[in-house]
Amino acid sequence: MIVIVDYNAGNLTSVQLALRAEGVEAVISRDPAVIAAAERLIFPGVGAAGSAMEGLRGLRLDQTVRDFVASGKPFLGICIGCQVILATSDEDGGTACLGILPGAVKAFPQIPGVKIPHMGWNQVDFTRAHPVLAGIPSGSDFYFVHSYYPALEKASTRNVAANAAVALGETEYAGVTFPAIYARGNVVACQFHTEKSGPMGLRLLKNFCGWNGG
Amino acid sequence: MLTKRLIICLDVRNRMVTKGVKFQGNVDLGDPVEMAAQYYRDGVDELVFYDIMASAEGRPIDIGMVRDVAKHVFIPFSVGGGIRHLEDMREVLLAGAEKVSVNSLAVKNPGIIREGARAFGNQCIVLGMDARRTTDPKYPSGYEVVIQGGRTPVGLDAVAWARQAEGLGAGEICLNSIDADGTKEGYDLELTRKVSEAVGIPVIASGGAGVPGHLVDVLTLGKADAALVASMVHYGTYSVEGIKTAMAAAGLPVRGKPSL
Repeated sequence: MIVIVDYNAGNLTSVQLALRAEGVEAVISRDPAVIAAAERLIFPGVGAAGSAMEGLRGLRLDQTVRDFVASGKPFLGICIGCQVILATSDEDGGTACLGILPGAVKAFPQIPGVKIPHMGWNQVDFTRAHPVLAGIPSGSDFYFVHSYYPALEKASTRNVAANAAVALGETEYAGVTFPAIYARGNVVACQFHTEKSGPMGLRLLKNFCGWNGG
Repeated sequence: MLTKRLIICLDVRNRMVTKGVKFQGNVDLGDPVEMAAQYYRDGVDELVFYDIMASAEGRPIDIGMVRDVAKHVFIPFSVGGGIRHLEDMREVLLAGAEKVSVNSLAVKNPGIIREGARAFGNQCIVLGMDARRTTDPKYPSGYEVVIQGGRTPVGLDAVAWARQAEGLGAGEICLNSIDADGTKEGYDLELTRKVSEAVGIPVIASGGAGVPGHLVDVLTLGKADAALVASMVHYGTYSVEGIKTAMAAAGLPVRGKPSL
């Protein structure tokens, strides 16, 4: 069973409907037992990192999500879901996140004439092959809405090489090149809303549903 | 590079896409879900639905329609017209819409922008604004805000209201020119540029599009982040692909039609 984590962080229906369009049924749940038993987990979310973490802790799902990732089963984070699995976020005056992967969430720089949030369709240039990207051309446009971006910790800068995530694809906005999609082991996380990214986004979701996490 | 968005607006009445024709009332153009699904397949970047009678009739938005659209359209879409309070917003978003648009409600109760942004995130809250030219010195931008389809001025300067809405937490502004709307002679470039330069959030230009060159103008000279069209495509005069080809030919970054 595929489970979409419900932690009061926005639009879960869209993810469920996008999967259904690809012939995949998923359940939306906030029950730790249901989440733990999932064969694969989708961790979506919109809004702010602080309220997302409050939602997770309030429902006591923070450890549930950590445990799921540790189980080795396939895990997909989307938007805020891709941010709060990192260690910290600058949003809401600094927010301690789940710390599943090393990295921090940073604010886009304020540049006159550059609108924040980064809202709309932007290209993702693939930097590494991965099963979830199968059949999708590098440089395809995906739909983004965010004011903060994930910054991965480089494997070489600290003794975290075994734990470091790597970018699968990069996007540029406001002079920053950030990992729009990244992965480590059984975890894939995308900053863009793959469920709202048209046929390419649906393909990514379908690919995820056929991926064994290895 | 972030692309410039082409957005199609569908005015809905009694579950039919409709278009106001001057002195002739409204003509029905088709089923909103079917039309939305076709525009999605054609490669449009985003859709906007306005329930044009919900507000006048004091009834909630047709949630069934929103749910049906969400089953067939996997790009962002926003819903407006007839949003009365936070619960209406929640219902629309949970039905699968990416954003909700508030217009006259926000004028009457600006706090709804803050409440909506707190509850659902700034990116969900679109301020819809109708503005028209004025020579009244009370409005320094030269544009005043109106509601009820342009009939009722509300005593707000368009640029000041845009800034205020941004401060309250609006994530985007959909800016419609009452003067240009329906003329097919082009967007109000001055209005769009003034508002877009005054805020740090994206601005969607609306009203007046007749040919693809009008979109190019408002996305460059008008500094808009997205351009909204309706009758240009509803009557088959132009296709999504045709408009995007013209935008790309003018050097604008656009999202190509995805093909797998």
